[in-house]
Amino acid sequence: MLKTRIIPCMLYNGTHLVKTILFGEMRTLGNPIQTAKVYNSRNVDELIFIDLSATEENRSPDFDVISDIMQECFMPVTIGGGIHLLKDIEKLLKTGADKICINSVTTTNPEFITQAAKKFGSQCIVVSIDAKKIGNEHYVFKNRGTKNTKKLVTLWAKEVEKLGAGEILVNSVDKDGTMTGYDLVLIKKVSSAVSIPVIACGGAGKVQDIIDAVKIGGADAVSLASMFHYSGHTANSIKERMAKAGISVRIL
Amino acid sequence: MTINHKNVVIIDYQMGNVASVKKAFEKIGAKIKISHFEKDIKNAEYLILPGVGAFEEGMKNLTKQGLINLLQKQVVEKGVPLLGICLGMQLLAETGYEFGTHKGLGWIKGETVKLKAPNLPHVGWNNIKIRKKSIFQNIPDDNFYFVHSYIFKPKNKSITVATCSYGETFTAALQKDNIFATQFHPEKSQLAGLRVLENFLNFKSNYA
Repeated sequence: MLKTRIIPCMLYNGTHLVKTILFGEMRTLGNPIQTAKVYNSRNVDELIFIDLSATEENRSPDFDVISDIMQECFMPVTIGGGIHLLKDIEKLLKTGADKICINSVTTTNPEFITQAAKKFGSQCIVVSIDAKKIGNEHYVFKNRGTKNTKKLVTLWAKEVEKLGAGEILVNSVDKDGTMTGYDLVLIKKVSSAVSIPVIACGGAGKVQDIIDAVKIGGADAVSLASMFHYSGHTANSIKERMAKAGISVRIL
Repeated sequence: MTINHKNVVIIDYQMGNVASVKKAFEKIGAKIKISHFEKDIKNAEYLILPGVGAFEEGMKNLTKQGLINLLQKQVVEKGVPLLGICLGMQLLAETGYEFGTHKGLGWIKGETVKLKAPNLPHVGWNNIKIRKKSIFQNIPDDNFYFVHSYIFKPKNKSITVATCSYGETFTAALQKDNIFATQFHPEKSQLAGLRVLENFLNFKSNYA
């Protein structure tokens, strides 16, 4: 049986590992390579690394740091941030990345998803969606959660699936860094709309939040940052509780 | 974790990225080289046939680089241990049915066919059922990382050393004498995967 994955999410600002709150303020957390090493030694299922500032600073992904991180990882790694060209993807895959994560480029040029999926295979194309709740609806936001694209999340999720995405990473702008639980309505909306795997991101503060994201939200995987940085939890301590709740996980 | 600098060669036939495979063998202490040169392949004590991509292109590239006869001689005639990973496992078949019908290496009787499952590709961590110890001695975990849509169906079921279920039960790993293969990616399967690679390098073939 395929396992529900717990994926540490590493955010990078060009110099340090950081953690954001509500997509705003960035707190510095330390060295990404050292952190990747720790996650690897804890035998995590997968790792997501996002270079947050690459697009804003209009630069390519930081290939040097990414390549150093890859040296420490013997599990699948997803890399995102600053990817605008097929050439960027090719280079990232060559450093050993298994999947790439795209966001900004998909809002300006949705066809890029298809081009990337055709060239590299859907299984390595993760589309990240930043969503914010307005009234009863969830809309897709761009420019790090500041600009409303006016697209409804469910429709956009269906569209990126059709365009060739292999997986969707859904982030809640309202929940990011709050540790108050995932936006379960948002996750449920997306997971019901598509048949590709959905990774829930944004808001996990306790193990029950993760269990809810899977059982109520229908997520195939959950991505966490704050819980690993600020609480005593490890992927295994979380998974032991998940297993007790009847979720199929990979435990060592 | 050390493997006494065994001389391992990853066969370079331009099918997908092999950086991760190389890194994993380095991690366990093997002397590893990525090469398509006759000299390196002849000197190799262990051969790795990796690969991500389509069956037809894989065979075309092996043919184009003139590797088929050389590998046949080393692996089938001399008995040098070989580990096929993912597409490298599927190519061992006599025939492949990905985008048409194509001839495979044919070192093991069987066919490469599409996995019967509602959702493809089969991507992620899945647990395997071990039938024979083979390359699974002392593994800390029975979950391995898979990314594929096709599977190798060996004719002789007794060479299947592990199975996995996704839509249907299929061969996750096989061993026929000195030929080993995994449908999963040991290089992406954390400690369990590294242990599989170590076990492969601990296999002693009696080739001269």
